[in-house]
Amino acid sequence: MHIVDGAVSGPIVAAGALLSAGGIALGLRAMTLDRIPTAGVLAASFFVASLIHVPVGPSSVHLILNGLAGLVLGWAAFPALFVGLVLQAVFFGFGGVTVLGINTLAIALPAVLIGAALRPLIAGAGPARAAVLGGIGGAGALALTGVVIAAALALTGAGFVPAAKLVLVAHLPVMVIEGLLTAAAVGLLHRVRPDLFTALATS
Amino acid sequence: MTFAPAPGLATAAATPVAPPDALLTRLDPRLRVGAALAFALLVAALSSLAALGAALASALALMALSGLAPRATLRRMAAMDGFILIMLILLPFTTPGAPIATLPGGLTASQQGLHLAIDIALTANAVILMLMVLVGTMDPVTLGHALGRLRVPAALVHLMLFTVRYIEVLRAEQARMRQAMKARGFRPRTDLHTLRSLGYLVGMLLVRAFERSERILQAMKCRGFTGHLPLLDDMRLRRADLCFALAFAALLTALAGLELGLVRIA
Repeated sequence: MHIVDGAVSGPIVAAGALLSAGGIALGLRAMTLDRIPTAGVLAASFFVASLIHVPVGPSSVHLILNGLAGLVLGWAAFPALFVGLVLQAVFFGFGGVTVLGINTLAIALPAVLIGAALRPLIAGAGPARAAVLGGIGGAGALALTGVVIAAALALTGAGFVPAAKLVLVAHLPVMVIEGLLTAAAVGLLHRVRPDLFTALATS
Repeated sequence: MTFAPAPGLATAAATPVAPPDALLTRLDPRLRVGAALAFALLVAALSSLAALGAALASALALMALSGLAPRATLRRMAAMDGFILIMLILLPFTTPGAPIATLPGGLTASQQGLHLAIDIALTANAVILMLMVLVGTMDPVTLGHALGRLRVPAALVHLMLFTVRYIEVLRAEQARMRQAMKARGFRPRTDLHTLRSLGYLVGMLLVRAFERSERILQAMKCRGFTGHLPLLDDMRLRRADLCFALAFAALLTALAGLELGLVRIA
């Protein structure tokens, strides 16, 4: 989900930029020397994962996986997802420039919240429970992303409210897809490399 | 400074990499980043359709100087998320104002709404095209170094350089795993099996990326990595850069003049 330049009002753009800058600063502080290579390589893998398309009937959606990013990266999700959005805008023409802040906020804030809420629970859970929690995280992060984008549009003007409602509805099928997919991914990670959930996230 | 164009993003995005001798690609990378940002901030603030049209026209004109493949670039510029497109179609009908047309269903399009939809479409396309023309023609590694020189925090620049470096590596890893799945008869469909399989694919991609990053860190420590990556030092402003900076400032001033009604297109 990318907002484009000009689509939201000046105050929203400014608020998004400020809040994102704060999130990125916190994320960079959590990223000590030893963690930069890990964060960079994981950021690259989330970038690659976002190129995977899942067929939905005749169409397809691409993955966002911000819930999983939050579970693995913690606060580092802010700078990592920001870098991904910058690369997408510059080299793919997705999204925009002045809206980088609000787009980062819409994807990274849910990631951090989901990560903070569910990571401790997943660390202590059995494999089946971990997968269920991962599913909740994947779907929940997408729902929050929809809420942030819808709020940004709705606050821009009354004429944008129908579009904002549409954004919320459009997020429902994607939530189901990301939830189930994240459940499988978290279940696997929990069995294979449970330390991935603590490598970067503990600050 | 001759970096081979990073193949990573190029293949991932199928980026039409600009030829190195194009006029724009010889300019100082810092200047190109700064110009694209200034353009974005100004154009986002414009609301006169004449000024926005001129902004898009100037981005198109610069594209001709950039050496980018026009068709692929324009397709990329015009691509937007579905919800933005639907919003643009809805806006004339959802914005209150002077009615200009009524649909059979009783929906009324307003002049203000139409203006707003055109405003957003022009802004979005002009800004993203100028970004692709000025910055997207840069090697991603050069972009990282330019941002570092522009005082972006070192940790963020390092993170970006690592990300750029490993996108292609991990894309190839992902392609290999997809090939193995295909060889075992996996066909993506809209079902639970597909979601579970792709979830495992993402999980394995993360596991392999994580293990790779452990090896990278060990190798870097072996070589005395202390958290400092040297940045390229030969970015300096030349005469061509000054000429470009002046011309670009004149362009921005003209756009602002159009917006304020001080300049008119004959």
